[in-house]
Amino acid sequence: MHAMYDLVSGPLVWIAFIVFIGGSIYRLVSMALLARKKDPMVYAYMHPKFALRSIFHWIVPFASVNSRKNPILTIVTFIFHIGLIFVPIFLFAHIILVKESWNISWWFISDGAADFMTLLVIGCCIFFAARRIVQPEVKFLTSPSDFLILAVIATPFVTGFWTYHQWAGHSFMAILHILSGEIMLAVIPFTRLSHMLFFPFTRGYMGSEFGAVRNVKDW
Amino acid sequence: MMGEPAIKPETKTFDKGIEQGAAKLTPEKIKQTINSVISGETGARLKAYVDTCVHCGLCSEACHFYLSHDNDPRYSPAGKVKQTIWELLKKKGEVSADFIKGASEIAYTQCNLCRRCVMYCPFGIDVAYLMLVMRRICHKLGVTPQYIQDTAHSHSATMNQMWVKEDEWIDTLQWQEEEAQDEIPNLRIPLEKEGADIFYSVIGPEPKFRAQLIYQAAVIMNVAGVDWTMPATPGWDNSDMCMFSGDNEMMARLKRVHYEAAFRLKVKKIVMGECGHAFRSIYDVGNRALGWKMTPLPVVHAMQFYYELLKEGKLKIAKKYDKPVTFHDPCNTVRGRGLHEMARYVVRESCSEFIEMHPNREHNYCCSAGGGVINCGPPFKMTRVEGNRIKAEQLFAVKAKGAKTIIAPCHNCHGGLEDIIHHYGLDMELKFLGDILYEAIEKPAA
Repeated sequence: MHAMYDLVSGPLVWIAFIVFIGGSIYRLVSMALLARKKDPMVYAYMHPKFALRSIFHWIVPFASVNSRKNPILTIVTFIFHIGLIFVPIFLFAHIILVKESWNISWWFISDGAADFMTLLVIGCCIFFAARRIVQPEVKFLTSPSDFLILAVIATPFVTGFWTYHQWAGHSFMAILHILSGEIMLAVIPFTRLSHMLFFPFTRGYMGSEFGAVRNVKDW
Repeated sequence: MMGEPAIKPETKTFDKGIEQGAAKLTPEKIKQTINSVISGETGARLKAYVDTCVHCGLCSEACHFYLSHDNDPRYSPAGKVKQTIWELLKKKGEVSADFIKGASEIAYTQCNLCRRCVMYCPFGIDVAYLMLVMRRICHKLGVTPQYIQDTAHSHSATMNQMWVKEDEWIDTLQWQEEEAQDEIPNLRIPLEKEGADIFYSVIGPEPKFRAQLIYQAAVIMNVAGVDWTMPATPGWDNSDMCMFSGDNEMMARLKRVHYEAAFRLKVKKIVMGECGHAFRSIYDVGNRALGWKMTPLPVVHAMQFYYELLKEGKLKIAKKYDKPVTFHDPCNTVRGRGLHEMARYVVRESCSEFIEMHPNREHNYCCSAGGGVINCGPPFKMTRVEGNRIKAEQLFAVKAKGAKTIIAPCHNCHGGLEDIIHHYGLDMELKFLGDILYEAIEKPAA
């Protein structure tokens, strides 16, 4: 168990971050080079002002017509993404680990708040999974990989919650927690989770086309 | 990632062009053609759009086909991409001739490339582009609906959409000039006038079926005292079904002939009649194909032109159109150019009562005729009419508020809306903006 813990909390952390950061850079750079070679129009028409205008309207809740048409999904989506990014970065237990290793630390949220947000993220994952089963237009588009991606996201939160509350088998859960967190990070660049990387570019490009060429809004 | 269950788009309608084209396919030809288009003609956009789509289904409600088929997921924008492009990519081009038939039917007849879904996708994924990639593959495989292919042949042979011969074109203009001289004796339709301010171009169906629109435009031009001309050579037709059939090479040739006619006449700008797809081809697509980032000289849609004439006081309203009107925003002039407010200015100036339909402006529902769908001809008439029940509901709602006349400044929209009005028993009148303006403006007494 100790050897396993040392592995997941040592070398695998490094590997996960290297794959995540390196992979993300690779995906972005290779996409940028491909665009330069095959879709040079993307560079010609990308317009910073209209790109940002469009991105802004799609990252602010209820700023687009479609987000107003689907208020529950909009709220769930925003809670989910905020929790997903916020909890791991500002969790006291994570910051302590970093402090012990490198003696740097930053602001953190209370454990109660983290607990609550973790439950929200898990709840959101259940909501998304249910949506994929229940709503015909989503079900039609859904493949097994979509559930797998949801599981990849939910696992670190479920196991983290388990570990924090010291439930039965928590030391095993701690290992699973670290491992699943590493898997999540490492697969981001190579799965549909890469929408995190490409969102500003696809949205920004469309915002530029609609704004600068077509003189119309796209939200 | 994990495999997805195999998808096979079904063929619903018999089309000779699709059928005979598919009969000639071999697995090698299919694979080779698909992969040459994917590797040779697509790149980062296709890759980013396919990798970024999180299968959320939020685009569904944007599509009139989806809404009109009781939310059948096969008609959602991403649903159509799943049945075509995703499957092609997953199979690396190893798909059957039957698959190509179904994919052709989806791409040509169940998507108007109206780009409404782009405004509903959080990532701004351009489904119209993806459908055009599918059409490009079908074009290269020779599996295109017969009627749109015939139109593309007409474009190739005559540089216009309707097999209009050069003398017929000139004759039609002179005929309309003579007709209009009964109303305004000194009216001219100036042909080949070098150095005129305005090059006026129309689509092939105007001389063929709707010559009165040329008459009306001539009256508006003459009353406004505009220095204008039309070419006597090919290049007068600004339409472009090759843009929609997947024949990108021919699309660019057509646009070059059109632009070159304007350059030859040394005009200051191009003004186009009330057509949406032609505007898209000149303003957005053709210029890029020819290497201009934006148009090499100003391109003005009739709506904007009327707006400017009214604003400058060159046209004055004598008698407003007195039936309550509503306004249908064509996708290619609203999501393609943002002309909605200018159009509303013209409508308010020339009509006594204006009632908005909902949704409107950039969120208006497509007519379901555009994007080459109506050009796929009679076999697919019901595909587009039944595929746009939502448009009929939208129009019934505005009719209930009192609207009697629909103004639609686009030829394809007219074709589509006429069929919808008839099929659903809407009993509403349909007009071009030019029809209204022609009636409403102050004209010199004959």
